[in-house]
This record gives sequence, C-alpha cells and structure tokens, in this order.
Amino acid sequence: MDAQNRSAIAVDALVKRYKAITAVDGISFRLGAGSITGLLGGNGAGKTTTIAMIMGLVAPTSGTVTVLGAQMPKQRYKVLHRMNFESPYVDMPMRLTVRQNLSVFAQLYAVPDIGERIANLAATLDLTEFLDRPTGKLSAGQKTRVALAKALLNRPEVLLLDEPTASLDPDTADWVRGRLEDYRRAHNATVLLASHNMNEVERLCERVIIMKKGRIEDDDTPDRLLARYGRETLEEVFLDVARGRGHQREAVP
Amino acid sequence: MNISDTGFDFSLNRVAAMVRRYWYLLRSSWPRILDLIYWPTVQMLMWGFLQLYVAQNAGFFAQAGGVFIGSVLLWDILFRGQLGFSVSFLEEMWSRNLGNIMISPLRPVEFIAALMIMSVVRLAIGMVPVSLLAIAFFGFNLWSLGLALAAFFGNLILTSWAIGIFVAGLLLRNGMGAEGMAWTIMFLFLPLTCVYYPVTVLPHWLQYVAWSLPPTYVFEGMRALLIDHVFRADLMVQALGLNVLLFAAASFAFLKLLASARVQGSLLQTGE
Repeated sequence: MDAQNRSAIAVDALVKRYKAITAVDGISFRLGAGSITGLLGGNGAGKTTTIAMIMGLVAPTSGTVTVLGAQMPKQRYKVLHRMNFESPYVDMPMRLTVRQNLSVFAQLYAVPDIGERIANLAATLDLTEFLDRPTGKLSAGQKTRVALAKALLNRPEVLLLDEPTASLDPDTADWVRGRLEDYRRAHNATVLLASHNMNEVERLCERVIIMKKGRIEDDDTPDRLLARYGRETLEEVFLDVARGRGHQREAVP
Repeated sequence: MNISDTGFDFSLNRVAAMVRRYWYLLRSSWPRILDLIYWPTVQMLMWGFLQLYVAQNAGFFAQAGGVFIGSVLLWDILFRGQLGFSVSFLEEMWSRNLGNIMISPLRPVEFIAALMIMSVVRLAIGMVPVSLLAIAFFGFNLWSLGLALAAFFGNLILTSWAIGIFVAGLLLRNGMGAEGMAWTIMFLFLPLTCVYYPVTVLPHWLQYVAWSLPPTYVFEGMRALLIDHVFRADLMVQALGLNVLLFAAASFAFLKLLASARVQGSLLQTGE
C-alpha cells in the first residue's frame, strides 16, 4: 500500500483557481488515520476551499485529493458515507424538529437503529430536551450542537469541521471541544479543523497547518511552531505569519 | 470500480428520506398547503365563469362544454408539477441545507426521484380539491376522462419534471440568481403550447415550434376529446416520444450544470 492510501487524507499539489483568483495554490499534506489537525489562516487564506475540495464539493483545477483511498470528487460515493462535515456556512431546515432533521440524515447515511443513535447522541450532546423543538427555535449554541450531532450520526472516520465553535460563548465552545476530543479518541477518527480560534487549535490539535494566500506557510506540531517562532501562543505565531514576519528567531538577530 | 462508486446506483431508502424531509416541511406550514390550493381554485373559477358567459352567447362554445376548464386544469398540472419540483429544490437553498445534502451519500438521481415524488404530492394536494370544485360549480368532471386523463397527466407531468430538472441545474450552477427562472420558465410554454386555442391559430412558422413541444399534443388531444369526442392516441404517443427526448436532454443538462457548479465552487455558496 502506498503512502497516499495509508493516509486518511492525502492532498497533493492541489490548486484551485476561480478565473483570475487563485484560492489554493499548490498545497500538499497528508493526515494519518486518527490524527487531529488544525487548518489555520486568515480570511481568504483558502481553508474553506481546501475543505470543500476534500469533501468533493469543489473540483480541483489541478492536483489530487484522496480520502480513505478514494480520489475526490470522482470517487466520492465510495467514501461519503464514511465522512461528515460541520460548518456555519450550512444550516439544517429550520421548520423541522431536531429529531426530524437528524432522522432524515440518519436515513440518508443508512445509520442502523436510528432512534437509538439519535437518543445516544442527544444524551451526549445535551440535546434530549430539544429533540422535538423546531431547529429554527434553538439558540446559536444549541444549533451548533445539533449540527455536530448531524456530523457524528454516521460515526464518521473522517470529520471535517469548519469553524465548529464560531459564535459560541466560551463555556459552550469549551464543552463542544470536549465532545469532539471524546469522539476522536473513542473512534480513532481523523479530524481536520479549520478555525480562527487559536485556543481551540492549541487545545485540540496535534498538528497545525498555517495557510496564507492559498499556500501553506508552515506545518508542524503546536510545540515546535511555538519554539520556532519564539512565541508563547499560537495567536502570536499566527500574527507573525499573517504579517509576514517569518520565524521570530530568524527575523530578530 | 464497483457501480456504487460511480453514483449510478439507486437507494429507495435515501429517496424515502428526502420525501420524508419535504413532507415534514409541508405539514409543518399551513400557508404552504394553502398556497397549493388557492391559486388553482381562483384560476378554475375565473375560466369556468368565463366559459359559462361565452357559452350563453356562442353556439360553438355551448357544444364545447368544459374546454376552458379542462385547459386550465391541465395547464395547472403542467405548471404546478414543475413548480412543485422546483420549490422543493428551492427549499434546500432557502434553508442553506444544500451543502449537507451534497456531501451526503444521496445520488443526484435519488434527489431527482424525491423531487418528482414531491411534485406529484404537491400537485395532488392542490388539484384534487380543485377538480372536485369544478364538478360542484360547473358540472365538469375531469375524472370522467378516465384513461385519456391518465395519458394527458402522464405526458404533462413528464414535461414538468424535465423543465424542473433543468431549472434545478441552473440553480446549482448560478445560485439564487436563477430563482426567477423557477417561477417563470413555464410561462414560455403558455402561448407556445396552445393551452387555450388550437395550434392553427398560430402563424405558420410558429406552428413548427408548437409541435416541437410535448404539451401542445396534450392540449390538442384534450380539445379533440371534448369537442369532437375522439381520443387521439397518436397525439399522446408523439408527445411521449418528445417527452423522452426532452427528459434525456434535461437530465444531461442537469449533470453538466452540476459538474460546472463543482468547478465554480457554487455548491457551498448558494446565494446570489
């Protein structure tokens, strides 16, 4: 088995151009099974486009994306039932109750014992009392938990999260992070997490890929990034990269 | 490569999931249900009373009882069939749910099958009460057409689905900027398919255009049945042949537009 097939996600020389705009500019990385990786970058860095190409929602201009051995988007139906996704850019139908929404998606993913699965997820994500409430009547935090429940319904081996705690209060965000950690540990899932929240990435991720203008500017463990930039927090590292200051130790004699 | 990898396999379970999703939505909102009934009712009453008035003043129309009401009811099958398909699809865009749907294992053909089923469900909710009102108000019994009605319905619903599929492709490719097409595209068929008048009324060159559209054969067939009391099976067969071509062309266009939407990145960004 080659390296591409061993990796849960393999991205090679990936490029996405929209007419004159290059959203993703020749990036490559591999994510091992069971890893959790943060994708950092400012607005327009190419994070969402990269995740969309990994899901098969956007076709690359050139390069390849392989997920669980399937080339995306061409072979997406081979693996879509083993993946899932959460993003603030998509919602679930507001008039349907939480239970109705989850049961529809569970049926789409051919989840066995749908009622039991929904009950378990609702208990884990503290949603039991909201199950029969219209999704549109929930608070932002509750909706995020419902979106997370939808993303975990099929016990995905690959979980893609785009700003999973955006618009949540710190307490709820921290609680959600805890559930994500639990899920990854329990299922050995591969998680790719795009975020602006450096605390989140620092807490959850064992590896950080920093993007800027469609390219990978740096890629390492949080500890090694902090050491290389001579910084104490990932936020400072992020600012160094965003403002083009490079490695602190190289920039300051 | 296994057939399930290609996207060409078919799961009734996934189709049922989508139908359930639209049914939950429909039953949760009485304005949505009312909307399905009130406009066909208004149309039927307006044309029915017009026909009554004309029939009192012109011998021909007195003989051709029910032609206007029949036309409006069949037109509503065509128009509401497409609208039922397109509105269900639009619901995904309005609720920003399309991204969730497109990354699920649901195949395009299953999505389309669910939308077809919902177009018939929505049509039934609207048309069954209206057809009963037509009996009560004007003594026009659409159901008495029997097998002819089945042939008319089959052909009209096939055309409406073909147009619905094409519009869904446009919406995927162009986002909500194409929403207007969903509401208005069928009106292009209103003058060209000769809903309320025979094809011979059109200029000679436009008659070729009319005969290239399947619904024209249905409306001509309906007039032959109500005025001459003859069921023109030949017209229905020709309509079916054209419908097969139209449906294949619309499905091909849909798949091309979907592929283009993946290239343009418009499946996540479904706004204007």
